[in-house]
Amino acid sequence: MKTRNNKAWFLVLPVILVVSFTALIPLMTVANYSLQDVFSPDNRLFVGMKWFYDITNDPLIINAFQRSFQFSIQALLIQIPLGIAIARIMPKSGWKASAALVAVSIPLIIPFNVIGSTWLIFSRKDIGLGGFLLNKLFDFDFTSDPKDGWGLILTVDVWHWTPLVVLLVYAGLRSIPQAYYQAAAIDGASSFAVFRYVELPKLRRVLLIALLLRFMDSFMIYTEPFVITGGGPGDATTFASILLTNIAVGQFDVGRAGAYSLIFFLLIQIMSFIFYTVLTLQDREEETKTK
Amino acid sequence: MAEIRLENVGHSYDGGATFALNPISLTWKDGNAVALLGPSGCGKTTLLNIISGLLTPSVGRVYFDDVDVTDLDTAKRNVAQVFQFPVLYDTMTVRENLAFPLKNRNVEKDAISARVEEIAELLGISKYLDIRPLKLRSDLQQLVSLGRGLVRKDVPAILFDEPLTVIDQNFKWTLRGRLKEMHNTTRHTLVYVTHDQTEALTFADEVLVLNQGSIVQSGTASDLFLTPEHEFVGFFIGSPGMNFLDGKVFDGAVIVGSTQIGTAESKSPIANGNIRIGIRPEFLSLSTSGNGVAVKINRVENRGGYKLVHADAKEGKYVAKLATDSNFTAGQSAHLEFDSQRTYLFRDSKVCGTVNTKGAK
Repeated sequence: MKTRNNKAWFLVLPVILVVSFTALIPLMTVANYSLQDVFSPDNRLFVGMKWFYDITNDPLIINAFQRSFQFSIQALLIQIPLGIAIARIMPKSGWKASAALVAVSIPLIIPFNVIGSTWLIFSRKDIGLGGFLLNKLFDFDFTSDPKDGWGLILTVDVWHWTPLVVLLVYAGLRSIPQAYYQAAAIDGASSFAVFRYVELPKLRRVLLIALLLRFMDSFMIYTEPFVITGGGPGDATTFASILLTNIAVGQFDVGRAGAYSLIFFLLIQIMSFIFYTVLTLQDREEETKTK
Repeated sequence: MAEIRLENVGHSYDGGATFALNPISLTWKDGNAVALLGPSGCGKTTLLNIISGLLTPSVGRVYFDDVDVTDLDTAKRNVAQVFQFPVLYDTMTVRENLAFPLKNRNVEKDAISARVEEIAELLGISKYLDIRPLKLRSDLQQLVSLGRGLVRKDVPAILFDEPLTVIDQNFKWTLRGRLKEMHNTTRHTLVYVTHDQTEALTFADEVLVLNQGSIVQSGTASDLFLTPEHEFVGFFIGSPGMNFLDGKVFDGAVIVGSTQIGTAESKSPIANGNIRIGIRPEFLSLSTSGNGVAVKINRVENRGGYKLVHADAKEGKYVAKLATDSNFTAGQSAHLEFDSQRTYLFRDSKVCGTVNTKGAK
């Protein structure tokens, strides 16, 4: 075993400094709040872990997290397969490829609240085309039916973010050398076998990145439900971040909101860590080659 | 197992502006081992991909045993092909990789496992069967890739696209021997693309030399060596390649500089004018006395089995391949003699006659 020179760590210092200002110091403020009950700037009380205990036992909050989790799972189950399917049928070269890429990317460059407003109007049963047409099929009203509200938010998320999966998978597919397709043709592989044994293994990394990004983003979804349903009908679309805003800004309960934020943050860190570990696990295995 | 026939097959990657492969017609007999030999970019891989169906030729038709397969896709043509670099299915073990072409064609399970064992044995990869190919060294990976090409028995032809590039030099010899042996028993039609002349000449019954999208000569190893029909063959085959000199033909006399080196011999008389004279280093001999071309020895390379003598004459430079026991040294003056049978005349890069040096004065 060689002795390691750890001096390179000093090179990380500038980054640590920047991150301190952008993340660590604000986060510490939140941590500070989370241990106090703040009535006004000069009237506060140290309460220890009370808020953490409260939050982990508050059914309202637990429900919101469960709702977010469920939403993320549903979003992934739709967006990942749909994204792969679209990427596979997109033109591979020429002006058609460029045109398809631009068309697919449009939802990604529209401001979040514009998307919210657009869908809000589009889905209204009185003045929106989509809502009006849906009402011909069944009784659709996202402002009163929790299922419709949930379905609408999910649809908006799929419309907004499937393009990201498409772009990632498209790039991944383009980077597969032609020889693999040729070899598969020689071996008589069916088009499903080509997907299963050539494309899917080669897309593994790209898909894990897509999964990570999409999970995190959908788990933290805020703007669309805020604009479209405002968390309703009832609490059907009150996701974790909507509830957090209600507590922090609506009720101005900064201590409780601080503890909430930390737990939210921690959850996301843990998930990122799990994804990262899975992402790099196979690469580490591959390094040990048979001599 | 099939006879492969190409009729006027050519291919252009840019819609007809330039042809990567100029239209050619040829027939390869069933069971032959054919090598396509040529430098990078000469069109040999293009030709191979046309036969396997990975590429549809811009013009011409491809026949397997008189069946037109030009519009059939690769899977339906049923040929096997091995690529230059390892192409493997990452998520499968070596065993599954080898079994894949058979599984796709619904071969019985027992037959598959027996065949996979057999091929693994042939290639010496039996002990790696149950691990994933990604964990193997690249030369072992290439063997797995090669195995996938050999595993099917019922193919009309097996095509190799420089399959041994990444294989270790020593093992290359062994492997080539085993492939040759396998070919002797199975008699598949083999097409072998390479830029390595030793590989082509030892492996194949018939060698096609390609240059700039055209076949310049086809024949056995000795045809290519002894009777080159094109300057490129003289230059590309042999180590080192042919010596070339610029000269003139005047009323049947072959003149280099101001020396007449012999008389031209050909079926039809050669018109007066410029000509290139080509002779292989093997057919040059040196003597201290005699009446050959006067040269000064510039440098002698001892290559172990033979000596290469670089000699300068007034009209140009020569390389002669001599026995190791010849004792010429640098700086010495000598006379160079041409083998009458093996000195060729080329005009427009094509052979047009030989030089009879006996007539030299």
